[in-house]
Amino acid sequence: MADLSVNICGVDFKNPVIPASGVFGYGREYEELFPLEKLGGIATKGTTLNRRTGNLSPRIAETPSGMLNSVGLQNPGIDHFIEKELPNLLTKDTVILANIAGSTVEECVKVAEKLEPTDVHMIELNISCPNVKQGGAAFGTDCGMAAEVVRNVRKATSKPLVVKLSPNVTSITDIAKAVEDAGADAVSLINTLLGMRIDINTGRPVLRNNVGGMSGRAVFPIAVRMVWQVANAVKIPVIGMGGVSSGRDAVELMMAGASAVQVGAAIFTDPYAPVKIIDEINDFLDSKNISSVRDIIGTVKPW
Amino acid sequence: MKYTQGKYLILNKKTVAREIYSFTIACPEIASVATAGQFVHIRTGNFTLRRPVSICGIDKAKGTLRIVFEIRGEGTAEISRLNEGDVIDMLAPLGHGFTINPDYKKVVLIGGGIGTPPMLPLAEAYGKNATVITGFRSADAVILQEDFRKTGAETILCTDDGSFGIHGFVTQPFAEIAAKGDIEAVYACGPMPMLKGISNICRENNIFCEISLEERMACGIGACLGCACRTVKNDEEYFSHVCKDGPVFNAEEVLW
Ligand SMILES: Cc1cc2nc3c(=O)[nH]c(=O)nc-3n(C[C@H](O)[C@H](O)[C@H](O)COP(=O)(O)OP(=O)(O)OC[C@H]3O[C@@H](n4cnc5c(N)ncnc54)[C@H](O)[C@@H]3O)c2cc1C
Ligand SMILES: Cc1cc2nc3c(=O)[nH]c(=O)nc-3n(C[C@H](O)[C@H](O)[C@H](O)COP(=O)(O)O)c2cc1C
Ligand code: FES
Repeated sequence: MADLSVNICGVDFKNPVIPASGVFGYGREYEELFPLEKLGGIATKGTTLNRRTGNLSPRIAETPSGMLNSVGLQNPGIDHFIEKELPNLLTKDTVILANIAGSTVEECVKVAEKLEPTDVHMIELNISCPNVKQGGAAFGTDCGMAAEVVRNVRKATSKPLVVKLSPNVTSITDIAKAVEDAGADAVSLINTLLGMRIDINTGRPVLRNNVGGMSGRAVFPIAVRMVWQVANAVKIPVIGMGGVSSGRDAVELMMAGASAVQVGAAIFTDPYAPVKIIDEINDFLDSKNISSVRDIIGTVKPW
Repeated sequence: MKYTQGKYLILNKKTVAREIYSFTIACPEIASVATAGQFVHIRTGNFTLRRPVSICGIDKAKGTLRIVFEIRGEGTAEISRLNEGDVIDMLAPLGHGFTINPDYKKVVLIGGGIGTPPMLPLAEAYGKNATVITGFRSADAVILQEDFRKTGAETILCTDDGSFGIHGFVTQPFAEIAAKGDIEAVYACGPMPMLKGISNICRENNIFCEISLEERMACGIGACLGCACRTVKNDEEYFSHVCKDGPVFNAEEVLW
């Protein structure tokens, strides 16, 4: 049995596997299948200041080795999260990352302020949302906007601040460096890639929102590349995700530089995916006589 | 236990019409808790997403479930290639099923096309107190008639092209029955226009009506919020989730 524990920004994780934001709700549905204590951590559904109803259906489409979603950040709002969901999550022996988002800098700041007096362990700030005051371009697609929102949220919270990066950019390393300079304690990546499917019988997009975020196995090589580039560009820890569906994938992303991995779409194929991935990482380490998972982080030997 | 995921043995496979298959599956822990109107979520091939299929039969004594499905694309085609003796990967039973009231003396069950299978457990529950109206494109798509007759229910069959039974849609015989009064409940599953027509007739005649909806799904258990449908309760509009709040909804709550 290898040592699977990792430490990110001073927070101890018993293992490096975390269900990704948006696929796991607040854990209640998956708790019917396995104890949440098995997980290294849980990234909760993206929460905004007020309740959001999200987009019209269909919100889901299948793609080769992956999927699209256009849920549109449906969530009950931060007060509901703090009162109704967080207390239950905090009784579980696992790290809770509160994923937050907003359409203005002020909204992101207010959400972070509301979390400050709670016992949540980390904040994961999703900067892939459109900034309504800047013509709707996502915060995460511009170094200036990304730095501004991070700088302001940084002032509002003393909790470890993980900034979740969008892959829909020309240079993800520039954005990563900008948020590092603005005070991020860690970065997580990748969020979904913008995609589209069309039903050729009707000529209509499959998603009612026309476009949506692509994730799942098909994006894995992109995630590996981006994690590797970002890990080489910043000094803060990197949490990797995008298409991880096995322990071998998790090991690969950690070798690229991730200190932990999140698991998204794979849980839809196999609801036990996160717990199986933990076991598979252990099996791999044992088979190579590696005593700690920390010994593989960033160990890729590039040509 | 609410639901579970595992690989279960297919005991029996039958072709019930062109490209429509029936599987009987040994899954005692699922059968013991499953109710009419719930569904199973099937993993297939290399697809990321599971495929939702309604439960068409629950035999608690034998510990089996039955599903009946039609090939609609690559996923269902892949499932149809499974055979007796193979295992099928299911997450089940999922969702909120039909409300069965043993005091009801006269109910109508309406199935359109591949929406017919979830009506069979209801027919078994209500027996001779049920009238089953089913509608299909044409004679070669007709399924489950013998199964419905065995339950003791009265059966009415319609086809769109008149190649079998009544020529026309299920709403025609239903409107006539509804006008006679004394129906205590209506349960329906099928295409949206059919469901809308039925719920209008039920509203006009003040009849309790439950309908089973479809939506594209990912998790199937209420975690990802992928399967939203517009509903209204106490004048407040909100999104429900077909996999958890449904697939069965009170027709009055659905916004068309
Ligand atoms: C609660 C529920 C119960 C169902 N019960 C039955 C049943 O008893 N028998 C039966 O034959 N069919 C049933 N269906 C429809 C069945 O799920 C679809 O026909 C099937 O998912 C199509 O998959 P495919 O890969 O063959 O088609 P594709 O069109 O290639 O599928 C692509 C994607 O769209 C989804 N999709 C396509 N059509 C539908 C649909 N109508 N509803 C939901 N998702 C869809 C698929 O799941 C997949 O993710 C049910 C659907 C739901 C939601
Ligand atoms: C249905 C769905 C909902 C998601 N919701 C959120 C969200 O609310 N906030 C967020 O930061 N990321 C969200 N994501 C992105 C995932 O957290 C993750 O970054 C992405 O899916 C890539 O990982 P994967 O390939 O393992 O799915 C969502 C993804 C999916 C599939
Ligand atoms: S499919 Fe995930 S909430 Fe319904």
